[in-house]
Amino acid sequence: MSILSKHKIIETNATLLMVLSLLVVTVGGIVEIAPLFYLENTIEKVKGVRPYTPLEMSGRNIYIREGCYVCHSQMIRPLRDEVERYGHYSLAAESMYDHPFQWGSKRTGPDLARVGGRYSDEWHVNHMTDPRAVVPESVMPTYGFMLNAVLDGKYIGDTLKANAMVGVPYDAEMLTEAKADFAAQADPDSDSDGLQARYGGKVNVRNFDGQPELTEMDALIAYLQVLGTMVDFSTFEPDASR
Amino acid sequence: MSKQDANNNEPPTTGHIWDGIREYDNPLPRWWLWTFYATIVWAIGYTIAYPAWPLISGATPGVLGYSSRADVAADIQRFADANAEVDSKLASVELAEIATDPELLSYAKNGGAAVFRTWCAQCHGAGAAGFVGYPNLIDDDWLWGGSVDEIHATISHGIREDRDDDTHYSEMPKFGEILEGAEIGQLVQYVLALSGQDNDAAAATAGQVLYVDNCESCHAEDGKGDRDQGAPNLTDAIWLYGGDAATLTATITNARFGVMPAWAGRLSESQIRQVATYIHQQGGGE
Repeated sequence: MSILSKHKIIETNATLLMVLSLLVVTVGGIVEIAPLFYLENTIEKVKGVRPYTPLEMSGRNIYIREGCYVCHSQMIRPLRDEVERYGHYSLAAESMYDHPFQWGSKRTGPDLARVGGRYSDEWHVNHMTDPRAVVPESVMPTYGFMLNAVLDGKYIGDTLKANAMVGVPYDAEMLTEAKADFAAQADPDSDSDGLQARYGGKVNVRNFDGQPELTEMDALIAYLQVLGTMVDFSTFEPDASR
Repeated sequence: MSKQDANNNEPPTTGHIWDGIREYDNPLPRWWLWTFYATIVWAIGYTIAYPAWPLISGATPGVLGYSSRADVAADIQRFADANAEVDSKLASVELAEIATDPELLSYAKNGGAAVFRTWCAQCHGAGAAGFVGYPNLIDDDWLWGGSVDEIHATISHGIREDRDDDTHYSEMPKFGEILEGAEIGQLVQYVLALSGQDNDAAAATAGQVLYVDNCESCHAEDGKGDRDQGAPNLTDAIWLYGGDAATLTATITNARFGVMPAWAGRLSESQIRQVATYIHQQGGGE
């Protein structure tokens, strides 16, 4: 009785109640959140995952700006039907350089976590310009205006720098060469050796939208074509305990 | 602490009074209280049964040994085991033999239809009739060959897919950079003539000379194309991008570079054989 009756002191003292409530919420938060920063299955490193190239990063920003995540998830759950339809279930490491991640919570359209390489660039242009021309039952809005929105990559270095600040391992050279890498990836005739030295030989270097100008369509397709393709699942060994 | 008024049946009050307002001290409903205790007991049992408490490098695994990764692997394995016999048979026989074995054929056609709807229909259409730029697979016109072996090779390695070394590759030059506008106009007339459409005979005759110099090496002397190079037949009424003068002008000027992804890494050999058989059985197979 004695200790329970002490509770009355808290109940009748608003400031104390507030301070102690805050303390309880803080402890609860720490117990739930802090382990995620050190448990091995949430920080599992996976070979192949690399930071986005400047062009892909620019496409990611367009993806976020247009609210693609409202209808498309990027999270293949470990369920057989999802693995059959979309490919290997998503790994935490695959979105380790996403700030913020694009897992989404609603699928009006299909999951895009492994859309990279699944369609040709031309299909993406056709589909973005007129979704119903290729998928008659689609309810996706048209995004043809992106073909006319020319990008100059003026602020791409700053975008990379901001990501570096929150922990994406862009090195000094990646930051200084950001604008050059941005232009090189969409121009198959340019010298892309530097880009591939910095981001790996698997980087797609193509004229993604088929137009001479570098547009938002190039950037978005470059982003879509890399989604889910970084990890080589023929060599990935899933640890069942995770 | 509480004060009970024995003279009427009012419940006790908490004892404090604000501006003449008193607060009843009703006990919590028993059913609510016991449900609350039950949830606490349930939670304790749950954290013992399932992965829960964070430790130094991992969480407690739980006595039931639940793991979503192991579950999905087991689920996939269950279906793989159920189909193991027919899958291994399908992956080992000669492709042409699949159509002669009723059991394999039925399995391949049904499995192939599911693969097609999941991975192929977005470009080739749910009924495989294609769209502009994406070939119709139910007619008898094939760019890279219509035998089941050729279809299998195309699905496995794709067309102009830069991640696959065995992909079908050819590139038509952009004749806008090579020929004059008037010459392209003459070529268009000749292609119209080849395909039996209305044309300007004089321009077509001039176009024929240009055709021999520029186009014949891939599309063949008679215009019937060359499947080794994916060069389409120009004499029939089947057009991937369109056979009218305006589309032909655009095609010759800027060329086309259709890409199909390679599926060898993404789909299993059995799945590729299923869908190759499905396509081959659609009516156009050779």
